[in-house]
Amino acid sequence: MTRPRVLVAMSGGVDSSVAAALGVEAGWDVTGVHLKLADTPSHLQVQGKGCCTLADAEDARRVADTLGIPFYVWDMAEEFRRAVVDDFAAEYASGRTPNPCARCNQRVKVVGLQARARALGFDALATGHYARVEGGRLYRGADPAKDQSYVLYMLGRAQLERLRLPLGRLTKVEVRATAARLGLRTAAKPESFDVCFVPDGDTAGWLERRFGPSPGEVVDTAGRVLGAHRGAYRYTVGQRRGLGVAAPTPRYVLRVEPAAGRVVVGERAELEIRTVELEQATATDGRGLRPGPARVRLRAHGREVPCQVVPFGVARARLDLDEPVDAVAPGQAGVLYDGDLVLGGGTVTAAG
Amino acid sequence: MAYLDYAASAPLRAEALAAMLPLLERPAANPSSQHGQGRAARAAVETAREQVAALVGAAPAEVVFTSGGTEADNLAVKGTILARPRDARGLVCSAVEHHAVLDPAAWAEADAGARVDLAAVDGVGRVELDRLAGLLEPGRTALVAVMAANNEVGTGQPVAAAAELAHAAGAVLLCDAVQAAGLPGVDMAGDGIDLLALAAHKLGGPTGVGALVVRSGTTLRPLLHGGGQERGLRSGTLPAAALAGFGAAAAAALAERAAGASATLAALRDRLLGGLRTLAPDLEVNGDPGPLGSGASRPAAPAGLPGLLSVRFPGRRAEDLLLLLDRHGVACSAGSACASGAVTPSHVLVAMGAAPAEARETVRFSLGHASTQAEVDAAVAAAGQALEVLAPQGTPT
Repeated sequence: MTRPRVLVAMSGGVDSSVAAALGVEAGWDVTGVHLKLADTPSHLQVQGKGCCTLADAEDARRVADTLGIPFYVWDMAEEFRRAVVDDFAAEYASGRTPNPCARCNQRVKVVGLQARARALGFDALATGHYARVEGGRLYRGADPAKDQSYVLYMLGRAQLERLRLPLGRLTKVEVRATAARLGLRTAAKPESFDVCFVPDGDTAGWLERRFGPSPGEVVDTAGRVLGAHRGAYRYTVGQRRGLGVAAPTPRYVLRVEPAAGRVVVGERAELEIRTVELEQATATDGRGLRPGPARVRLRAHGREVPCQVVPFGVARARLDLDEPVDAVAPGQAGVLYDGDLVLGGGTVTAAG
Repeated sequence: MAYLDYAASAPLRAEALAAMLPLLERPAANPSSQHGQGRAARAAVETAREQVAALVGAAPAEVVFTSGGTEADNLAVKGTILARPRDARGLVCSAVEHHAVLDPAAWAEADAGARVDLAAVDGVGRVELDRLAGLLEPGRTALVAVMAANNEVGTGQPVAAAAELAHAAGAVLLCDAVQAAGLPGVDMAGDGIDLLALAAHKLGGPTGVGALVVRSGTTLRPLLHGGGQERGLRSGTLPAAALAGFGAAAAAALAERAAGASATLAALRDRLLGGLRTLAPDLEVNGDPGPLGSGASRPAAPAGLPGLLSVRFPGRRAEDLLLLLDRHGVACSAGSACASGAVTPSHVLVAMGAAPAEARETVRFSLGHASTQAEVDAAVAAAGQALEVLAPQGTPT
């Protein structure tokens, strides 16, 4: 049997390093590729944070050397900027809260790279995501604390059949132990958090630098003005801090209305929702979401609630939640599970 | 396995290794030391100096050894600027100079009050002399930089004519001959060159050494201060073994040139181009590396690099081609690489009028002293397989 030819996306972190190493151990013909996603020198000089620094490219290269596999750096900064960074900004500008990791997987890191891998004669793409692909279906990763199936929900059968996730059955502790056993220099590398192109984690500051200040009013649901803000894009549904509003009980962002420049706040109880609408809803089996019971996750590490799925229109669905949850911002992903199996999901458009 | 990336670095010649080994094996000695071992090391350095001078038509005393081509270019640009008063720090560079020239020039503009003008090139990457002349300001222009032949597309440059223009404006001429010093060769005295940059490893010598050849009487400020080696222009202990390798490589390159190696290399390059054209009739040759198949004749245009072939494969990304060729053990280059190692669109191709997307479709093959017909044929065979894999999407197969 010929060895499968597999392209491994190597960010320079421990997870994708171990994914590549396990591929080599499994006897695959592995080629490593690091995606250069930022094109400004200042990004390159930020050390050890995010997924697109010069130090990360060097770490990935040295791991590839250790594994004895070919390694390349591909400049996908233009694709990343267009598909992820600009989209991230535009989403905030329209009052939504995007999930850039899901978007990146959808457009660049998994789907985009897979198309290129296929064009170059690779049999499959492998990544360091904590999730499982079995029989062409997507399942939760074995480590509940690290499970990343949430950001892969948009993959369809054709993509899943050409995707390998070597970390799916491992915990983070086991991944680090594997890296240490193999002498990979990324074994003890710190986790990257937040949004990789906002290296200081200050999304509000990043948006303000991009859009400039855009002051407006903070109002309650009756329209009474409670305060002022520097830009509606600084707020996300459910946010409690930074409202600058004095009130006897805590206030939360209920809605962001960028056109009016208004941020609507209210009490905790007013956040509760019982239905969610999804757009661009897809099913991992490639056949569209079907009506019936499921469990939905509305935040990357949020709790799951039982719901009834009611598909309607073109690639849309309403989710009737069996129990109320705190509101989720439009733009976030709603991901549907049946046990460990990922059924699919979509982008939240409305909740009520 | 086939190595077609001589323009990036040429394999070490046997002559160079043979010259280096005894100096690496014998007890360490500083060429500046006043004892027998020191004198022996010094003798090796001076032999190398003579060999390098002979390669480029210079006097041995004009050769200043450096750590390589980049340092030579930096010393030429910055050393010239710093030797001039602030109101006479004009720099005129061809737009297709290597970054080792353009970046020191940019530094001089940002940090040393210089003014930099870039002279446009034509569609093959050859500097346009009338445009160059229009940028010269007598009394103000300090240095004109025109490389002997371009490292990315192989186009030969009108160095002698540029030198005349530079001299008429009271400026000196820097010729980056890092690629061209072996073949087709340069003539420091005959072409009126004042400053000439060389790198050993492009000639089949070791990496880590090079030279700036400084025509006597040219004023230059040193960048490295210390022990005062190299007539005070470049302090630092001379690496005797590496320089012996440099000298031996220069001597071998000179002998090859005399034996007509240009024609042999050009014929190999023709074979490569012919093979690639059969596979991809739509390919386009970038630049003017010299008339195909007639490397021995003396064309009207300045001689280009006979072993260099820059080709664009429309619709195919160069980094994809490189990956597939690498899979077959075929080494070549695409554009230039940024710090992370990603391929970026070449400033040379962009200066020649290519769109960035077109520049990303360009692959550079370069042949040299140990290239064989078998390697060329292996590269063509691998390219055939690569192009098959990269067949444009959507066409029925």
